[in-house]
Amino acid sequence: MTIILYLLAISLAMGGCGVLVFLWTLRSGQYDEMDGAANRIRYDED
Amino acid sequence: MSVTTLPLAGIAAAPAAYPVCAHCGQPAPASRRFCCPGCEAAFGIVQDLGLGRYYRQRSLDAAIRPLRPEATDRWDLAQSIVALPDGTHELTVAVDGLQCGACVWLIEQVLAREPGLRIGRVNMTTRRLRLVWTGPAADASRFVSRIEALGYRLVPFTAALLGAEQDRTGRMLLRALAVAGFAAGNVMMISIGIWAGQTGRIDTIGPATVALLHWISALIAMPAVAYAGRPFFASALAALAQRRTNMDVPISLGVLLVTGMSLWETIAGGAHTYFDSAVTLLFFLLIGRVLDHRARGKARATAEQLLTLRSIDVAVIAADGTLHRRPQAQVAAEDRVLVAAGERIGVDGVIEQGNAPLDASLMTGESMPVNAGPGTAVYAGTLNLGGALTVRATATGDSTLLAECVRLIDAAEARRGRFVVLADRVASRYAPAVHLCALLTFLGWYGALGVPVTQALLIATSVLIITCPCALALAVPAVQVIATGRLFRDGMLLKSPTALERLAAVDTIVFDKTGTLTEPLLALSDYPDTDTLNAAAALAACSRHPLARSLVAAAGRVTPADGVVEHPGQGLSLGDVRLGSRSFCRIGNGWVLRAPGTIDSPMQNAPGAGDSLANAPGAGDGIQTADDAADAMQNAADPGDTQTTRPELWFARPGQAPARFGFNEVPRPDAGETIARLQAMGYAIRLLSGDRPSSVARIADALKITERTAACSPAGKVAAIEALRQQGRSVLMVGDGLNDSPALAAANISASPASAADVSQTVADLVFQGRHLAPVATALVLAKRSRRAMQQNLALSIGYNIVMVPLAVAGWVTPWLAAAAMSSSSLLVMANSLRLHRPVKHNRPSSLRSLGTVNQPGPYTQRSLGKTKGDGP
Repeated sequence: MTIILYLLAISLAMGGCGVLVFLWTLRSGQYDEMDGAANRIRYDED
Repeated sequence: MSVTTLPLAGIAAAPAAYPVCAHCGQPAPASRRFCCPGCEAAFGIVQDLGLGRYYRQRSLDAAIRPLRPEATDRWDLAQSIVALPDGTHELTVAVDGLQCGACVWLIEQVLAREPGLRIGRVNMTTRRLRLVWTGPAADASRFVSRIEALGYRLVPFTAALLGAEQDRTGRMLLRALAVAGFAAGNVMMISIGIWAGQTGRIDTIGPATVALLHWISALIAMPAVAYAGRPFFASALAALAQRRTNMDVPISLGVLLVTGMSLWETIAGGAHTYFDSAVTLLFFLLIGRVLDHRARGKARATAEQLLTLRSIDVAVIAADGTLHRRPQAQVAAEDRVLVAAGERIGVDGVIEQGNAPLDASLMTGESMPVNAGPGTAVYAGTLNLGGALTVRATATGDSTLLAECVRLIDAAEARRGRFVVLADRVASRYAPAVHLCALLTFLGWYGALGVPVTQALLIATSVLIITCPCALALAVPAVQVIATGRLFRDGMLLKSPTALERLAAVDTIVFDKTGTLTEPLLALSDYPDTDTLNAAAALAACSRHPLARSLVAAAGRVTPADGVVEHPGQGLSLGDVRLGSRSFCRIGNGWVLRAPGTIDSPMQNAPGAGDSLANAPGAGDGIQTADDAADAMQNAADPGDTQTTRPELWFARPGQAPARFGFNEVPRPDAGETIARLQAMGYAIRLLSGDRPSSVARIADALKITERTAACSPAGKVAAIEALRQQGRSVLMVGDGLNDSPALAAANISASPASAADVSQTVADLVFQGRHLAPVATALVLAKRSRRAMQQNLALSIGYNIVMVPLAVAGWVTPWLAAAAMSSSSLLVMANSLRLHRPVKHNRPSSLRSLGTVNQPGPYTQRSLGKTKGDGP
């Protein structure tokens, strides 16, 4: 059953990475404005 | 999906009949590509930078200020620039004239070509431009003038503090949501493993493994609860400190007890833990909080934007006679301020020099302009309809109207008392009931049935878990988020979190007249015929004077005439053709008023008439003597010997009888229908106005309002509303003037149009945009429906408790059952709230068909300010 320990550690590490990335996106202000991002993609240079 | 233009009908659809400016899309003289040199220059800038695709990709929105560069003096930006610690500077400005996503692109592309600029980013939701640059602070004016040259209007922000505060709360909620989401996902994953192993059929999981998994769950869940639960714990503690209770009290208590009991079970090696329930509950509730915060933040930001864009820059006359444009806040007492014709006065003060009719309707409710001269006290917000004035600013003393109103507002708000929201009323009864229930369960099992203490505690806690008010706590916010979002899209900004519930309780509506039931600006009320109107409008289109703008608005599509000369305080001329005050058009001077019949043959005396008046081109400049100007101003407001005392414009063409355009206040286009509909819905309607009885009677008769009071002082309005409340009525006050603001604060709930005075708009719970009054009725209908949905939600979640609590008391609830029941009840409540998205049906007679246009953007509606092209229905 030690496989469970490995799997749990891996899944928690992956989830933890997700949270850290989210917190980084939050800190860099990517959620401050939702409408602009949706529109900008249409006008960005090729 | 195609991103090419979605031109509004009329702007680009009929290029042959109406030539439009290649830059701003407004009507242009037939022979030209551009309406003005500013637009031509802007077009050149865009093409030179290689950004020409902007014109192909944009879609113009008629409701938004056109993209026409204006030769205005620059704002003094120094006060708004923030020096950042790393040596850079930052400036945030409100952008007026953002038409669509392409405008955002254009502004950012133009700024990207500016050296030294580190960040130049437009926030499309809040319509703000944030600039960060490395050079000296003075560089700001270079960036700003670059964008202003394109035709956007930029206004520096002063209220940045409030926004930052809100931003912090929003980010904190999002971080809590992230942590709760992470914990909920992982703990639930582990829990499902435990439940699967405990089904009994496949006995693959031993007690040691269960204990290990419980410990891992505990290690994830407990820090998550401690972190993500903070918004609820803080709110619960604040409520308890004030000896009140709110919904966060049972939530906090439930979550903490569940976590504590599960930890106890984990240590004791028990079979069941409820960590998954605790973190999932927090996750669901935080989703509701984040959405709620976002919806209200958007409404508040839009309201702030409205006020910022209307802020007036004041032309202060320095000691050496030069003019300096400054924000209102930076004008000191005793400063001398110049107010041009057609401008709003930016300060409270006393007129030193000049005579002019003033439109003080936003302040006093008086609809007709009053003549003012040296010595007259004026208030900020008053519109100057005549010539240039010099005003000496006074300190806001206790005697001013503003100070009086602020004092009345404070007093009225103190008397209003605290409104207890439905959720808190329910919580105040719910929390003691469930806690008592859990206690009785414990006593029953331990005392009466004699089970061990730990087991009795376990069962009692499972009662608390089952009753933990997840669905109950979502019942009200879910409805509020959806209703606030719907109202926002319809151009209504709900500023107070309790506004929706207070609105639903309303049974009496009190309207102000001027600017609320009527249009904010005086409108053209009589004119000779359409051809004359169109001809006059071609001249008027070249002026920003309020009366000229009303005339253009009445004419509809106008092609501005070429070569019009504006004579400040008097009128406009184009060769021999003149539009302006009575004396400017030489009425009763050189002109002989003819009978209307002679208009049929105007050509016969055309050449001679023109000469005899000495109206040769260029002569117009010579007539601006002081006497003439004063005369003109007098006449513009009070022509004395004519049939009316209303403001007027005269239109003189060589060889034709002069035409008179009369202006008056007119009801908002749908005022009659909306009042009729509100009356049909059973609301008592009253009219309280500060205006003269005759004006009030005219509008009240037209709108069929029987209960009316004229010449009401601000204190009188408050007294009238408090008398209504004494009778047990719940009053909605709709008003726009400074004189209405105390009454707005005194009423149960208040609404203001976006054109209202700053103070009124700040006091009002609800701000509606656009020309129409129907949003008020829509908001009332939606508020009632929201209240019904809230009640249904509460019934649903209490019904769920009635079914589940006996199971919990009996000790049959296992963790998986608790998790399933909790999630399903929350989803049910959310689904019920989503029904609010159905359109508001108007129960009205078929003759009132035009009411159906209420929620569509009319040519003058401002509703799209908070809206982008992409998020339409």
